[in-house]
Amino acid sequence: MEKYLILNTLNYPILSMLLIVPVVGAVVAMFLRGDTLLKYWSLAVTLVTAIISIPLWTGFDRTTAKYQFVELRHWFPELNLNYVVGVDGISVLLVLLTTFVMPLCVLCSWTYIQTRLKEFMVVMLLMETAMIGVFLSLNTVLFYIFWEGMLVPMYLIIAIWGGARKDYASIKFFLYTFAGSIFLLVAIIALYINTGTFFIPELMAHTYSFSFQMWVFIACALGFAIKVPMFPFHTWLPAAHVQAPTAGSVILASILLKMGGYGFLRFCLPIAPAATYYFVPVLIIMSLISIIVGGYLALGQTDIKKLIAYSSVGHMGFVTLGIFLLNDGGIKGAMLQMINHGITTGALFIMIGLIYERTHSRELADNNKLGMMMPIYVTFLGIFSLSSLAFPGTNSFVSEFLVLFGAFDKYPLVGALAIPGAILAAAYMLRLLQKMVWDDSDGHVHHGDKSHHIADCNAREIVQLAFLTIFVFWIGLHPTPLLDVMDTSVAHLIHQVDAGSILPDAAHQGEHHALLNDAGAWIKSIVSF
Amino acid sequence: MNTIITSKIIITMLIPMITGLLVMFSGKKPNLRDSWSTLGAILTFVSVLSFLPTILDGKQLKYTLFELYPGVSVMLNLDGLGVIFALVASFLWILASFYCVGYMRGLNEHAQTRFYVCYAVSVGAAMGAAFAGNLFTLYLFYEIVSIFTYPLVMHHQDKEGYWGAKKYIIYLMFTSKAFLLPAMVIIYVLAGTLDFQTANIAQGIFPADASRVAIGVAYLLCLFGFAKAGIMPLHNWLPDAMVAPTPVSALLHAVVVVKVGVFSICRVMLSVFGVNVLSETGLGLFTAYFVSFTILMASVIALTKTNLKARLAYSTVSQLSYIILGVAMLTPNSITGGLIHIANHAFAKITLFFAAGAIFVASGKKDIKEMGGLGYRMPWTMMAFGIASLGMIGIPPVGGFVTKWYLALGTIDIHNWILLCVLLLSSLLNAGYFVPVFLQGFFGKPLPEDAGVTGSLEKQPLVMFMVVPLVITATISVVIGVYPDLFLDLINLMVKS
Repeated sequence: MEKYLILNTLNYPILSMLLIVPVVGAVVAMFLRGDTLLKYWSLAVTLVTAIISIPLWTGFDRTTAKYQFVELRHWFPELNLNYVVGVDGISVLLVLLTTFVMPLCVLCSWTYIQTRLKEFMVVMLLMETAMIGVFLSLNTVLFYIFWEGMLVPMYLIIAIWGGARKDYASIKFFLYTFAGSIFLLVAIIALYINTGTFFIPELMAHTYSFSFQMWVFIACALGFAIKVPMFPFHTWLPAAHVQAPTAGSVILASILLKMGGYGFLRFCLPIAPAATYYFVPVLIIMSLISIIVGGYLALGQTDIKKLIAYSSVGHMGFVTLGIFLLNDGGIKGAMLQMINHGITTGALFIMIGLIYERTHSRELADNNKLGMMMPIYVTFLGIFSLSSLAFPGTNSFVSEFLVLFGAFDKYPLVGALAIPGAILAAAYMLRLLQKMVWDDSDGHVHHGDKSHHIADCNAREIVQLAFLTIFVFWIGLHPTPLLDVMDTSVAHLIHQVDAGSILPDAAHQGEHHALLNDAGAWIKSIVSF
Repeated sequence: MNTIITSKIIITMLIPMITGLLVMFSGKKPNLRDSWSTLGAILTFVSVLSFLPTILDGKQLKYTLFELYPGVSVMLNLDGLGVIFALVASFLWILASFYCVGYMRGLNEHAQTRFYVCYAVSVGAAMGAAFAGNLFTLYLFYEIVSIFTYPLVMHHQDKEGYWGAKKYIIYLMFTSKAFLLPAMVIIYVLAGTLDFQTANIAQGIFPADASRVAIGVAYLLCLFGFAKAGIMPLHNWLPDAMVAPTPVSALLHAVVVVKVGVFSICRVMLSVFGVNVLSETGLGLFTAYFVSFTILMASVIALTKTNLKARLAYSTVSQLSYIILGVAMLTPNSITGGLIHIANHAFAKITLFFAAGAIFVASGKKDIKEMGGLGYRMPWTMMAFGIASLGMIGIPPVGGFVTKWYLALGTIDIHNWILLCVLLLSSLLNAGYFVPVFLQGFFGKPLPEDAGVTGSLEKQPLVMFMVVPLVITATISVVIGVYPDLFLDLINLMVKS
């Protein structure tokens, strides 16, 4: 087991602390009184978690693809089940994204959440543990526990603090995600029966028969595709985003959607490489459809939040496209796109929440002509909108460029088909920007008219947005440190997939399954068409 | 080729950006604000001038700011081609900043602070494009120009302004996303780098075994992607962008913005694809024929326009293609003719626009028909207009003649009579739409309500702010016609290799 791992060399269990601190914070929060105290407490807990996570960046060994900072404890020896957590180049950035986005989520709920604040903060902190846990788990059971553990807090966030149609949205969210994770559970059990281990690196090293890989791939991919969300499983996302409170939308966009992409990279690719190769055409086509459909639907929205929600579908399409290009540019681009989408779309949701608190409407028509009234807000809106449309010099450009590079390098036609997505992104973001900043205003503020007055951003809001702005330009102009972190792990992953895709004949002939062969032939006929 | 690595060259780009910030924070004090603009313009020009001796020495300046990915970086590299564009644009900014004061105050325009901020940043970004050392940097600054000129086009914030600006941004953003982005990716896939080959215009950056089809596709994508160059059929944004205040039309839509487009195309042709590849694949000649259509067609359309600014806009579309025509013919003479037109056209066209704006501010006239007899009331303006028109037509001693001379030599070098006919025919067309304006000014019949009014319109102080710059630009366009040596030397540095 040790050949996959580098045990934690720090003198404290850093990863376990990341998991425990928010839970302890949540338990303490239950006993606190007074909204102000609760807010500051939650902020402090999330900030402490963020600070604890910093050594993951500074102490990360960029030269190895092994799992680092690992903690290993025996749990159920008779099941060969251990508590094992660790990070590699694929997960470490997502952990950091989570720990750094959470304080912003607390800050953006500062005045937004008016009812049941204590419950809200407790749920948020539990959510943090679950999310970090998903990225840290090196064990399928632990992974599944955290994966399902995210579901309930998120359901509560939408169902209790959501908008007018919160019941519909929360149930839809729950059903979709739960349906996906059931298949995931089946895959986990099947893998255990086949190999007798839950330990993910060992599962990756094992060679499976082709038909077994097919089933595992389908079961996992379904769960992850819903989470991403990939067309045609994307319909829960706009509903959930629109109804969720700001912090909920930010978590959803910045972190939850990344679980899908992470799942593909952690499970589907290395465990079922031959099946991955088999399904590449289907998944690339679905990604392209997501990119274009997401962008096209975003263009038609009048609800700002819905617009950004559909834009997420398009952006995440670039993620899955990059992943299934299975080359260096594609996968690095996809991983960077996950981080960038977390930063940019998270910021845009914060901005929407901010304007909603002022005008109590998410309609474009009610939130236009802000240019003269809210110069600071509009400046940030401009920055994040440009970032969202992959303006050169901002973060998204780098990832989009890498994915397109991967695409043009491998399948030029796929690259050409992804370009309309980039055009649509420019179209809907510039439309949003034009309407919110100017629309048909005549360029004069209505100074005397008090009813037109909308307060500009306050210090708390500026801090949140400025913090994310730093990352927009940092990644946009100097992404090398992030790419370095991924480098070795991505190379290792590509090697795993390439090596695993060449199955010995024996494995091919292994357990044949009539139904599967039929399904395979059917898919092949679609693909070849 | 000596390359000097120095961070000093960032200054040229930074000065306008800092100017923009200073203008923003002194919005409440108009005099201070407008002085910042002028000061920024002068400093920018001086900084470019300070690099001139080094460049004339045959050296290049280079500095890498950020590395995004191997072969993709934000890198500045100043060579002969870049310095021509930077010199012209920064010098004209000085004059334009004076002119702006007269125009904006003369018409009592709103949101002047926004106007000056965007103006300065646009010029700064154009400097960045001139200094760009690779395709990504060029693309970055190209896009910044698009975004920051948008508020300038919709400055009046009326229906026309919004419509013009919408069309503007749709044309520019669509083409850059749809064509430039894939072009850049394809070039990166083929060459493994986006850095320009500035030492030698013949070679280009592609390895010898790169697929010719892919190179052709990338080239066409570049040609259409830089829609700021106004090559038909993607020229339509330019006439509509003329709803902007005249200083914007003058500096940005006659010099900075459109020249960024043309400059980018020339840069890509010479420093990415290289003369060898273009001539071997026939893409050069294809481009020459393709832009010839624009040269003639835009001139014909210009004949039909009676609004002075609209006529100038179509004239710009036509003239810009001369530059590309020259480079596309791929001979030393033609490239010289094309590149020197960057300067010649800039000085002449800004004079024409300045004149149109001065006429509008002083008399409120926009249409050529209304301008009968105006030459007697605004003699300096109309004379300058006449001189600049000679430049557009290509009559010595104005700068335009030098262009036409070298372009004609280029057509003879490649024995292409069709392109020579295009040149001659287009000169006739130029005369056809510029001479009537001048004649109308001096010999046309005044409108009934103007009959008998003889007082000079150029004596008001604010109008003086506009007339002086345009007289200077007209003078310079004659000077560079007589002494084109500076620009010829710079171009020779590139062409002789």
